[in-house]
Amino acid sequence: MNVIQPFEGIGASVRRKEDFRFLQGRGQYTDDLNRPGQTYAWMLRSPHAHAEIRGIDIAAAKGMPGVKAVFVGADMAAENIGGIPCGWQIHNKDGSPMAEPMHPALALGKVRHVGDPVAVVIAETRTQARDAAEAILVDYAPLPATASVEAAIAPGAAQIHDNAPGNLCYDWHIGDKAAQEAAFANAARIVTFETTNNRLVPNAMEPRAAIGDFDAMSGDYTLYTTSQNPHVIRLLMGAFVLHIPESKLRVVAPDVGGGFGSKIYHYAEEAIVTWASAKVKRPVKWVADRTESFMSDAHGRDHVSRADLALDANGKILGLKVHTLANMGAYLSTFAPCVPTYLYATLLAGVYTTPVIYAEVKAVFTNTVPVDAYRGAGRPEATYLLERLMDCAAREIGMDRVAFRKMNFIPVDAFPYQTPVALQYDSGDYFSTLSQALETAGWDSFEARRAEAKARGKLRGIGISTYLEACGIAPSAVVGSLGARAGLYEVGTIRVHPTGSVTVLTGTHSHGQGHETTLAQLVADKLGVPIANIDIVHGDTAKVPFGMGTYGSRSLAVGGSAMDKAMDKIIAKGKRIAAHLMEASVQDVEFDRGTFRVAGTDKTKGLTDISLAAYVPHNYPIEEIEPGLEETAFYDPKNFTYPGGCHICEVEIDPETGKVTVVNFTAVDDVGRVINPMIVEGQVQGGVAQGIGQALLEAAIYDAEGQLISGSMMDYTMPRADDLPNVGVATHTTLCTHNPLGVKGCGEVGAIGSPPAVMNAVVDALQDYGVRHVEMPATPDRVWSIIHGRKAA
Amino acid sequence: MPQVQLTVNGTAHKVEVESRTLLVELLREQLRLTGTHVGCDTSQCGACVVHMGGDSVKACTILAVQCEGASITTIEGLAAADGTLHPMQEAFREYHALQCGFCTPGMVMSAIDLVNRHPDGLTEQEIREGLEGNLCRCTGYHNIVKAIAAAADVMHGRRSELARAAE
Repeated sequence: MNVIQPFEGIGASVRRKEDFRFLQGRGQYTDDLNRPGQTYAWMLRSPHAHAEIRGIDIAAAKGMPGVKAVFVGADMAAENIGGIPCGWQIHNKDGSPMAEPMHPALALGKVRHVGDPVAVVIAETRTQARDAAEAILVDYAPLPATASVEAAIAPGAAQIHDNAPGNLCYDWHIGDKAAQEAAFANAARIVTFETTNNRLVPNAMEPRAAIGDFDAMSGDYTLYTTSQNPHVIRLLMGAFVLHIPESKLRVVAPDVGGGFGSKIYHYAEEAIVTWASAKVKRPVKWVADRTESFMSDAHGRDHVSRADLALDANGKILGLKVHTLANMGAYLSTFAPCVPTYLYATLLAGVYTTPVIYAEVKAVFTNTVPVDAYRGAGRPEATYLLERLMDCAAREIGMDRVAFRKMNFIPVDAFPYQTPVALQYDSGDYFSTLSQALETAGWDSFEARRAEAKARGKLRGIGISTYLEACGIAPSAVVGSLGARAGLYEVGTIRVHPTGSVTVLTGTHSHGQGHETTLAQLVADKLGVPIANIDIVHGDTAKVPFGMGTYGSRSLAVGGSAMDKAMDKIIAKGKRIAAHLMEASVQDVEFDRGTFRVAGTDKTKGLTDISLAAYVPHNYPIEEIEPGLEETAFYDPKNFTYPGGCHICEVEIDPETGKVTVVNFTAVDDVGRVINPMIVEGQVQGGVAQGIGQALLEAAIYDAEGQLISGSMMDYTMPRADDLPNVGVATHTTLCTHNPLGVKGCGEVGAIGSPPAVMNAVVDALQDYGVRHVEMPATPDRVWSIIHGRKAA
Repeated sequence: MPQVQLTVNGTAHKVEVESRTLLVELLREQLRLTGTHVGCDTSQCGACVVHMGGDSVKACTILAVQCEGASITTIEGLAAADGTLHPMQEAFREYHALQCGFCTPGMVMSAIDLVNRHPDGLTEQEIREGLEGNLCRCTGYHNIVKAIAAAADVMHGRRSELARAAE
């Protein structure tokens, strides 16, 4: 019987292989794993935002039922355990390196944020460990605490780290200050805009967890951890913290339940359970409570910015000046310093031909949870600042918001386009995504909808955001010169088995993006192997040669490109084998999706003929080539990729309650070549949900004493199904010119383009109230207060 | 220590628990049914939803000792013995209603209960409101809502086969 197989290659909305186990409760998340003889760890955390530790009394705790050990910072220091390292070094304006305070895994002498770990209890059960932790007596001497960046750099603020005077981590800049000042001197108008980009808690649904497992027989350590990048953890923890060579340390990230950046970093708990396992000679498992996650997972965003836009008499942008205070939190998390610099300020040209830009960024320590990359990482902050500024400018000069943007767009024939802030964009067509979005969103017919809503007593507004971002992270030499302490290439191994099935080893690591299906589509498309016979292996340093993980929308652009190069090597070797088998010269052998053919003939061999020959090399050119059919490629990208597009949001506000409802959301994004349209839509929908969450619902709030007020799901407003609209997602493709797949990445665009579209709509809805700006989140309280003329809390 | 007798996915169990043991801890740690997940500690997220006597309950907010004599169904108990997926499971896959999969077991269990209680169908708004006890950070709920609507038609016999998602 001939069954027509549905197409499984590039461009097909292939349903996911991994769904079968997730839908039947057979996912293997870290807390689902149990090691024989495992013990459980409970972290005792500081209730103070800033305090000296005068003493820790663990005597009672040690004697409690089931307790195997209690450790504090001094125990780790006595064994020369290193601090948690930072992976990116930024330099100040004067060329000196940033302040880089030590970050001990367990507090030494001082605690610097609510949640800072002070001690760990290892016991037979989790509840025994928790009970014993409550019996630890810590003598704290509280110190004044600061949670906000402005308060932390103000004179007289309590110093958080001895080697960071004024709580300043770095004072950095980019761009041409003199040229910017000259442009401003000649400007017809300067538009000024100040705003805060609100601090967020990523809240992946799976809390962080780690199991440390030391094998005394072999001296090998294994760490199971909820990580987006196990090789990075092996490198950071092995080399800098526990001093274990890579050959003795295996890191496994099994199924990971969401990350959004928060599971990139090497966290103290990973080092603690790994080290403790060797101390107690048993596996040690730690799983975070959600409340614990709020005070220990890296937070996101938290910028305070001022932007000044210089315009000529016609509304053409002459220059942009930006000043930002960025909150680092109490310690430097792995990527933290690069987020408000090389992932933020380099995006300030956006989609516009701004000729001159000067940006200054001061990174500041505060008594809060460390801040690091969260979906978009710097690009949402840049896009929000720019797109709100563009709306303010348009209104100030009396120009239509769309016409003003279009007038300043980079023309389609201007690529490659060199911005004044280091990045060179390879391709893009902002006009097409704009016009497609305007039409889909019914932009031109909006005023009628506004009038209709008004008749019902409601306030409607529409907002637009035209943007791009830089991802596909990243060219190693470029980021190295900018302070990165690692390369950002990717690795792919294609292993064709004797009977033709394929195993792919990739250094990326899906935590929801569907790689087991989408990466298999690449192989199905190029090698003609059915997806059922393709196995994607990721997340285990013992199986995958190396890798930098999944974040920064890099898995396809960098990881897929590595796979593509490895497949090219497979095809090249396969052609030589096929030539031998078909007694032709290798130049005459063509390959197309699984079939080797002697050009111009009907002599063919299938990939399975070749793979069998490679492993049973009897009729084989054994003098010239080795047996086997497995190839590895490392791919270092030549540039970032630049997806982007146009988001349009329509809101309706109930003036009696202040509640903002998103009634329509349109996203038209250019993500380069689309491998699986269903997956791309899902990524954009999820990203937009987080962007709407940032704009309307979410805020990580600290009080003046550094207490995390929004410390649980009860107080931190996570978007629910009835908070969100249907999101219309469309794509417009211009291919990336510098990677073999032509892909740009789609994981973060949803969260980048959406917040300013929402806020531009909210301000538009409130146009009768003389409102120039509304801070995020635009909660009912905030909006109601504006409408009713009172200052919001 | 108290003893509890309960049936889980059709199998009878007699287990010893602490008074403070939650149902979700009993399921995950003692019965090794790790499909039911813990995503929060304030009963917000719904990753722990199971069925007790056919009704959805949050296993993080019920003590094991409250389940004496109860019949519990978890995500592991949904598919047929021959592996045929429940229409809701099939719909979630067809409509790409899951990404990381962590909220999925609780989401599927809640959705089945929601649909069971509305044999005459649900509007999109009713589905969205009916999911207020389940959080998802990955999907934006867009495809979850579509999957539930499609599954409902099959579960209540309005369609014999799941409607395919638009390409």
